[in-house]
Amino acid sequence: MDPQASNVPPSRREALKVMSVAIGGAVAGVGGSMLAGRIDRAPPGGWHFFTVAEARLVEALSEQIIPADQDPGGKDAGVVYFIDRQLVGPYQRYQEKYRTGLANVEKTSRRMFDKDFLALAWNDQTKLLVAMDSGRAPKECWPGVAAAEFFHLVRDHSMQGFYGSPRHGGNRGYASYKMLGLEYPVVMGQNRYPKAKG
Amino acid sequence: MTLRHVNAVVIGSGAGGGVVAKELSAAGLTVVLLERGRWQTFYDHNDDELISQRTTVLGNAFGPDDERYRRVVVELDGTKRIVLPSEGGYSNVAACVGSGTLSYGAMAWRFMPQDFKMRTTYGCPEGSTLDDWPIRYEDLEPCYEKAEWEIGVAGDDRQNPHAPPRKKPQPMPPFPYNKESRLIEAALKRLGWHPFPVPMLRNSVPYNGRPACMHMRHCVGFACPINAKNGTQNSVIPVAMATGNCEVRTESVASEILVDERGRAQGVKYFDARDQLQVQTADLVVVSASATETARLLLNSRSKLFPDGAGNNRGHWVGHNLQGHAYCGARGLVAEEIYEEAGPGSGVAFCDFNHGNAGLRGGGMLATEFIALPYLYSNVHPPGAPRWGLAHKDFQRRNYKRTLCVMGPVQEMPVFEARVDVDPEVKDHWGIPVARISGHRHAADVETARFMVGKATALLKEAGAAQIWTNVPGLGVSGGQHQAGTCRMGNDPQTSVTNKYGQVHDIDNLFIADGSLNVTNGGFNPALTIMALGYWVGGHIAREWKGTKFRS
Repeated sequence: MDPQASNVPPSRREALKVMSVAIGGAVAGVGGSMLAGRIDRAPPGGWHFFTVAEARLVEALSEQIIPADQDPGGKDAGVVYFIDRQLVGPYQRYQEKYRTGLANVEKTSRRMFDKDFLALAWNDQTKLLVAMDSGRAPKECWPGVAAAEFFHLVRDHSMQGFYGSPRHGGNRGYASYKMLGLEYPVVMGQNRYPKAKG
Repeated sequence: MTLRHVNAVVIGSGAGGGVVAKELSAAGLTVVLLERGRWQTFYDHNDDELISQRTTVLGNAFGPDDERYRRVVVELDGTKRIVLPSEGGYSNVAACVGSGTLSYGAMAWRFMPQDFKMRTTYGCPEGSTLDDWPIRYEDLEPCYEKAEWEIGVAGDDRQNPHAPPRKKPQPMPPFPYNKESRLIEAALKRLGWHPFPVPMLRNSVPYNGRPACMHMRHCVGFACPINAKNGTQNSVIPVAMATGNCEVRTESVASEILVDERGRAQGVKYFDARDQLQVQTADLVVVSASATETARLLLNSRSKLFPDGAGNNRGHWVGHNLQGHAYCGARGLVAEEIYEEAGPGSGVAFCDFNHGNAGLRGGGMLATEFIALPYLYSNVHPPGAPRWGLAHKDFQRRNYKRTLCVMGPVQEMPVFEARVDVDPEVKDHWGIPVARISGHRHAADVETARFMVGKATALLKEAGAAQIWTNVPGLGVSGGQHQAGTCRMGNDPQTSVTNKYGQVHDIDNLFIADGSLNVTNGGFNPALTIMALGYWVGGHIAREWKGTKFRS
């Protein structure tokens, strides 16, 4: 991955620059394996619900919602895998909203910037999401589901994928637990309290 | 196939029903304990935050499931929506052996004497059905004691100057404070308030053959992997089973209490694990299904003498006065990390504002809150703070271990219109009409919550918090895990559903033993009080049982 690519979060670009200084420019190897570009890697057996294009879009949305900096973001933590899996499980009821909402995001992107969402610069992607969040996205691009409602759904599901248990496909490598400084996996039987006074 | 007739069928194995089953079977009655859920353990879902009883986004860890259960909620503006058990508004407790007591936070509060005579103490505000209980604290005191010793409580009421009188101390020493609670304790002392350890239905030392708590952060909302948290499923229910008189029949969904033409309960219709309709006849029936489901079951039990549902004949009070708690509190950020990997949190409490607050009726206990797990914390932020993007992520990273939280349950003024009834259209998997929840909170609850939030804010300020934000509930209908009040006990059959022993007016062999009985719901988590009511009702039945007493 090119750290200067326009839709890599600026926070991540900074982190990579620091790294490249520290290790004398050998960023390609280290950064590359660390970031392990997963864009095109479908889960074993393929995507459960998303098309490849939808998966890429959700991954980009999750990265905007939780951008990478010194800690992994939505993309590295595998948020899209979490959402994809839930949409054929407990979140079946949201399938229609995702199908429609993701198409609407692309419509909005072409209306606002005349480009696909993935081709937008980071800041333009952010602008689009701010418009959705605040209900200012062009109404005609949002048949079926309101922009704000859809954004809040993706936001919430991204948080679940990032901060929830890794067993559901997200939070890869305990990314969020490590970021928060939480020990994981939990070691049973460790009593850290001082002994109760009788 | 006809099922063997028994002396008693108890519906629901939670805080109330588990205790009743034990009291009756120990007294020699044959008992069938019907539970719609199954036996569950920590290992069904491990430490999975997204399927816990606290965060239910991917489902309720301990039931009920989204596939077979529904409820209807009527919003303040009159709109009606169908809600799934994992969605907000459903007011889920749990559906498993032990019910909420398998996975609860396990606070072990006794209500205070004033909580049993709210009308006498304060007078009834307009728009409320506030009343005294037909029993006093002194009546229930021995039952609280039994609950504390038989189920297991760690605490030390002597440190609480507002504690109600007791004959025997709590059986286990209290839990020591974690870092957050030590900071709050010091601030409380500086303010001249009275900190003491939160009493817990959790083992601080080995008790009743089970080990001491090992302080996981995954506690509230989870079952305990080592059985150090005490619910009915690992205390009284095993005792009941050991008598040889009690059969726990799981995955059994009660649909109707059968009442004959003379107005006697004959038994219970229920769907078994294979969805087959069964009839369990009994000499007496005890309903302990929680405030929502108990009311629903009574209302769905129509008979010649009770065409509007069992016990719903005189004043038609079944399902009314639904209460919970107006939960409120404050969070604040401090400079130093106060997080300790020592669950479940919630260590220090104070009861300086439960009663005697000028211009208010009641109040509530306040305590440090249980540890917020990472996803739950992602929704914790000051008003106006970014909810996504780098700023949000940074807030999480900087503040997860530096957030103080003091919360508590405000005692609510009962409102007649806050109610559970049955929806005329929506049915569950078994074709049983579902519960419909409607109504609103009393405005006084919001006022009391604002007062309590003021105290919490002052406390956090004293503790050194820089940025403080608060949480005050709105007027939306109450209920939730602390649901109560829908089959109020009372002396006047016109304004209550049962007498003071939980015996339904006009149906002598039908009893209720759960939070439905609560006339008011105290300013405390109600689990121990529901357990005490289990002893109260169960003890009464056992004493009055003469082998034929309830036989028709």
